[in-house]
Amino acid sequence: MPKNPNVKKVLVIGSGPIVIGQAAEFDYAGTQACRSLKEEGVEVVLVNSNPATIMTDKDIADEVYIEPLTAAVLEKIIEKEKPDSLLPNMGGQAGLNLGMELAESGFLASHNVTLLGTTAETIRKAEDRLEFKETMEKIGEPCAASLVVENIPDGVAFAAQIGYPVVLRPAYTLGGSGGGIAHDQAQLEEILANGLRLSRVGQVLVERCIAGWKEIEYEVIRDAVGNCITVCNMENLDPVGVHTGDSIVVAPSQTLSDKEYQMLRSSALNIINELKITGGCNVQFALHPTSFEYCVIEVNPRVSRSSALASKATGYPIAKVAAKIALGYTLDEIKNAITGKTYASFEPTLDYCVVKIPRLPFDKFITAKRTLTTQMKATGEVMSICSNFEGGLMKAIRSLEQHVDSLRSYDFTALDREELLERLEVVDDQRIWVIAEAIRKGISQEQIHDITKVDLWFIDKIAILTEMEERLEKEPLTEELLREAKRMEFPDNVIAQLSGKSQEEVHALREQYKIFAAFKMVDTCAAEFEASTPYYYSIYDGENEAIETRPDKKVLVLGSGPIRIGQGVEFDYCSVHATWAFARAGYETIIINNNPETVSTDFDIADKLYFEPLTPEDVENVVRIEKPDGAVVQFGGQTAIKLTESLMKMGVPILGTKAEDVDAAEDRELFDKILEDNNIPRAAGGTVYTAEEAKEVANRLGYPVLVRPSYVLGGQGMQIALSDQEIEEFMAVINRYAQDHPILVDKYLMGKELEVDAVCDGTDILIPGIMEHIERTGVHSGDSISVYPAPTVSDKVKATIADYSYKLAKALHVVGLINIQFIAVGEEVYIIEVNPRSSRTVPYISKVTGIPIVDLATQVIIGKTIRELGYEPGLQKEADYMAIKMPVFSFEKIRGAEISLGPEMKSTGECLGIAKDFKEALYKAFLGAGVRLPKYKQIIITVKDADKGEAIEVGRRFEALGYTIYATRSTAKALQDAGVKARKVNKISQESPTVMDLILGHKIDLVIDTPTQGRDKSRDGFLIRRTAIETGVNCITAMDTAKALVTSLENAEREDQLTPVNIAEI
Amino acid sequence: MKAYLILEDGTVFEGTHFGADREVVSEIVFNTSMAGYLEVLTDPSYAGQAVCMTYPLIGNYGICRADMESKKAWPDALIVRELSRTPSNFRSDCSIQDFLNEQAVPGIAGIDTRALTRILREKGTMNGMITTKEHSFAEVEPQLKAYTTGKVVEKVTCKEAYTLAGATELMKRWDENDLKAKPGTVQELNGTGLKVALMDFGAKENIIRSLVQRGCEVTVYPALTSAKEILEAKPDGIMLSNGPGDPKECTSIIQEIRKLYDSDTPIFAICLGHQLMALATGADTHKMKYGHRGGNHPVKDLATGRVYISSQNHGYVVDTDRLDAAVAVPAFENVNDKTNEGLRYTGKKIFTVQFHPEACPGPQDTGFLFDRFIRMMKEGEVAINA
Repeated sequence: MPKNPNVKKVLVIGSGPIVIGQAAEFDYAGTQACRSLKEEGVEVVLVNSNPATIMTDKDIADEVYIEPLTAAVLEKIIEKEKPDSLLPNMGGQAGLNLGMELAESGFLASHNVTLLGTTAETIRKAEDRLEFKETMEKIGEPCAASLVVENIPDGVAFAAQIGYPVVLRPAYTLGGSGGGIAHDQAQLEEILANGLRLSRVGQVLVERCIAGWKEIEYEVIRDAVGNCITVCNMENLDPVGVHTGDSIVVAPSQTLSDKEYQMLRSSALNIINELKITGGCNVQFALHPTSFEYCVIEVNPRVSRSSALASKATGYPIAKVAAKIALGYTLDEIKNAITGKTYASFEPTLDYCVVKIPRLPFDKFITAKRTLTTQMKATGEVMSICSNFEGGLMKAIRSLEQHVDSLRSYDFTALDREELLERLEVVDDQRIWVIAEAIRKGISQEQIHDITKVDLWFIDKIAILTEMEERLEKEPLTEELLREAKRMEFPDNVIAQLSGKSQEEVHALREQYKIFAAFKMVDTCAAEFEASTPYYYSIYDGENEAIETRPDKKVLVLGSGPIRIGQGVEFDYCSVHATWAFARAGYETIIINNNPETVSTDFDIADKLYFEPLTPEDVENVVRIEKPDGAVVQFGGQTAIKLTESLMKMGVPILGTKAEDVDAAEDRELFDKILEDNNIPRAAGGTVYTAEEAKEVANRLGYPVLVRPSYVLGGQGMQIALSDQEIEEFMAVINRYAQDHPILVDKYLMGKELEVDAVCDGTDILIPGIMEHIERTGVHSGDSISVYPAPTVSDKVKATIADYSYKLAKALHVVGLINIQFIAVGEEVYIIEVNPRSSRTVPYISKVTGIPIVDLATQVIIGKTIRELGYEPGLQKEADYMAIKMPVFSFEKIRGAEISLGPEMKSTGECLGIAKDFKEALYKAFLGAGVRLPKYKQIIITVKDADKGEAIEVGRRFEALGYTIYATRSTAKALQDAGVKARKVNKISQESPTVMDLILGHKIDLVIDTPTQGRDKSRDGFLIRRTAIETGVNCITAMDTAKALVTSLENAEREDQLTPVNIAEI
Repeated sequence: MKAYLILEDGTVFEGTHFGADREVVSEIVFNTSMAGYLEVLTDPSYAGQAVCMTYPLIGNYGICRADMESKKAWPDALIVRELSRTPSNFRSDCSIQDFLNEQAVPGIAGIDTRALTRILREKGTMNGMITTKEHSFAEVEPQLKAYTTGKVVEKVTCKEAYTLAGATELMKRWDENDLKAKPGTVQELNGTGLKVALMDFGAKENIIRSLVQRGCEVTVYPALTSAKEILEAKPDGIMLSNGPGDPKECTSIIQEIRKLYDSDTPIFAICLGHQLMALATGADTHKMKYGHRGGNHPVKDLATGRVYISSQNHGYVVDTDRLDAAVAVPAFENVNDKTNEGLRYTGKKIFTVQFHPEACPGPQDTGFLFDRFIRMMKEGEVAINA
């Protein structure tokens, strides 16, 4: 069926800020969908509140709205843009829910907007637990015994009937949030109460526990006439019980015979046909490990994290094809873009093994529980491709960038047999390392399997890796042994450690025996057809298919690896834009990256894509084949920057700012010299290696001081220390990993934090704008509310900032991007830090100023000057709009995580509020972040002494808005003394009703809780904050944020009076 | 032990030997299915060929004998990248290594199967030798060039006719586990009481199973059975099975099929059966460059426009440009290369497909064709287009 001619203008809904369970994969899917629609001549209107995404660019969509994703806002945009259709299934659960809301309210019908892709009825059948179950029963597809409950007694009764343990799954939530496994009634009541609260419709599914079964997924795609294929199936190494987003996943399935494979495949097709899904769909199964019994776990009638993974694992662009299907095409009419010969109705077949490992945030939340459950916790993931599973696993491990490169990286050698058996019961992110140690200690594979339920095939593969470790330790490093170790993708440094050689010796041996990586293609068809735009992965046991091309100019762009807190989708935005800019300048472009969720690893972004770990050795393998003329590292975050030295050793010139200048910005002494030469002040400080040195510096400066490691991103390990004792504690944490770089100790200054991203061509500097943080210093810039143009600083401060920026960029010989953070104390401006590279604010500031920073930086790197590019150097004129970037957190997903803000970044994403005036922008920003007040007009305030003064002001303003204020003892007293009506509530340890009872009573809108400076050790405060977060109550931990919120509420225009701003017109 | 794969074009792959220790010369073909190596190994259509699996990890789930598509392994050799050390599946009876030893089939592991596949894709299917001896190419070249699969149907067909009656019989014959697996597309016993004559040119058991599961009584006849004998048994329908080799080698069988065509009996044919019916009615076949072997090929039903993913295993194909519309018209075509995937015979209760609706291995999407056959037996020609 050809394209539907009635579809001329489509509204695409994005997924909003990045949160756990809904991340960069939707930027990838949405971007692909928009490009696919535009390819067909359709006008695309895009709405997404997330400014860090590639999809919210005017080159991707025709009209771009970075607005809160609420029905009222969408209605305004639909009224303004008058699209004829709406595509809701590219924006994850958030997009789908919103599309449903608009369809159900009748708004779409009354505005003649057609829901494309999938109907509201289909969405309901797949998403509503009850309807889904009934539908499955009707077509004879088994589900685990379950009941949808809307209250706790029903849940308790049903669980008693089917027996514990039971699984709880709230309806309409992200990443399984609020779900879990309950082993007894007490756990059931706790999880169920939370789940009911988090569910949009107040429903939770109580289900027979099928934990321990094999978890198998199928990605299915269907067109409107009913043709359907499975793009890929995947098997989770972690059996049912761990959210698939937190599981190690392999594609294709490894332990299923054709009987099981086809049984589940037919079931998946049966389901998608019954649901009449048009587009992509994910079906998750639990398969009994010793019979053919299976259960359908869930169906996602949209693109998903799994569909992004399946797309990258196979080369089949699911979102692109789904968008074409939405326009009316059938699968046999859509060309397979990789082969150019086959069609989208050809099922991909793999001739390699894909391994995905989640990137979990426990390095950021050291107090959090590491256990993995049905509630997703991963912020991102890495994918690797190899000809064998062992190699795939090894490559994926080192792609994580978590100081792990083998199955010995987490050390469990101290555990004896009994302790290991106990430890094997724990399901966490270190389980495969524990399994490896258990194998080393002689625990039988069967016993490991009995405890973990991990399939013996995977356990044996881990055993093969531990056997190789042992051989490397005990046997001479012969050519045969080295070849076999490389076939399993042991990196040189691990081989060196195990065999007692140096890494150089191992490298030399490889040269001697000619053991080099070769590259194979991902081509969707196992080489059956020639491929025109394939991508590559390395192996050590076969011929090389990647041919060195010899264009005039060839550039290597290094990606930013897995999404983690502190290094998110912004860096993918930068990498992709840099790649496009190089391509426009006539370069052949090569990307190396390992993140399956991103746009940069789409098959048609760079001329060549290498799906590889971002370690020096893996990059060198690519360099050996491609011999690029240069590499850019300034766009790929810290991941890419860290590769600078290695690239130079390989003889690859670094394009843009030179490595020694990057070092100068990080090296305390060199940098102090630059500041001194240029007369730029900074907080006094010193460089230390040991706790003793740190204490000495701290005492010289006087507490409080800021302690942080150098060469990190996202403020990792950064802390404000108030005492010698805290210094010791923080230094111990920082030094847990071997430090190659010194640690910085600075005097903590309190003031306004300001930030610029600028482009420098070596002579001139272009500063698109100055951003001001709402939270004062001490809160990491990534967690601060950031306002452009800076609203409260004087022109003099702005001029000083522009001047300092110019001087610093010159002194550091910056060619390309530079990010500088300042503190303004009164009219005095101090430097906090300088990063001669892209930053997380680059996409945001590009969009709100309309200045394509990455593109300009790339052209500058190539040799153009700012003036040649048509820009007048210096600080640019301020925009007519106020644009506010609001951090978004995923605290509810990470049990036990400390939520209070500090110098270490904790947010997972951001959203934008843009409007003509500050207050509307602020309101939009809070709305976009999901802060929707008021509900009950009741708040709790409990603040540390230093904040009492400001708490009075905030309390008074909330009171004026009609809020009832509850406060703990001393805060209540301070408020009452100042004439603010506050009701005193007891602390947790005191008699009921306490502050905790109040929160659990579900009638509180907001908790303002500022923890004691430094690390709050009060169990009470921690408990209050966690309980608030886990019951879905907004919780604010900085007075500045509280003030901003009350300001926004005072000016809360009614949601339907907001004016959407088309970014494409800026 | 080292083993070598020497191709007709002079390429030599070095790998590790497994399975039976004997030297073989065969036609080298590749199969792109990711699972189902046992079904491939026991598919008689691979007689006379050595199969390279493009999926690199083979043997992961061991050998589940219930999944065998015939009583023995047929390929001359198996070519893989990596064999699993530990098979893991609740039904696994033994490892693939042990199975190939038992079946006296040699194998070679540890070779770059993708490189081999690319050679076959570029140069076309060719002959090769799998050996543990170090031969010079010149030494073996004449042997490689001379090899043909020959009249291989006669080797694979059953020796005498036998009958399987209805679904109850099935219970005895096939493993109970097998029934627990969702029986594919079978919804009802719509074929109860119907007698089907199956011409065994190397039939996969799932063809028989697909009919028996639907309630048909199936009599399996050796390939060289005369049309007369079959027609005298008065079957309600005739199935022409899949099978190995060049269809044009089956000259006497083609003559008998012509007689079956002339009778008014409903006929459904798969793969080789489809090619033989075409040859019997004046059409032509030719050898494809490297054939279709895998479980992912889209075929389009030309009557409805619907596309199905099919299981495929063929190296020859019917020429559609020499088709006489008065005799037969294309019913299915391959979406990728537009080659013929099925024919509908004009004015006859006959339809034939190139692909494998019986799956095993591969997708079960076209299993409904057996129901179409049953409807045709019951209702006549009209059912073909239904």
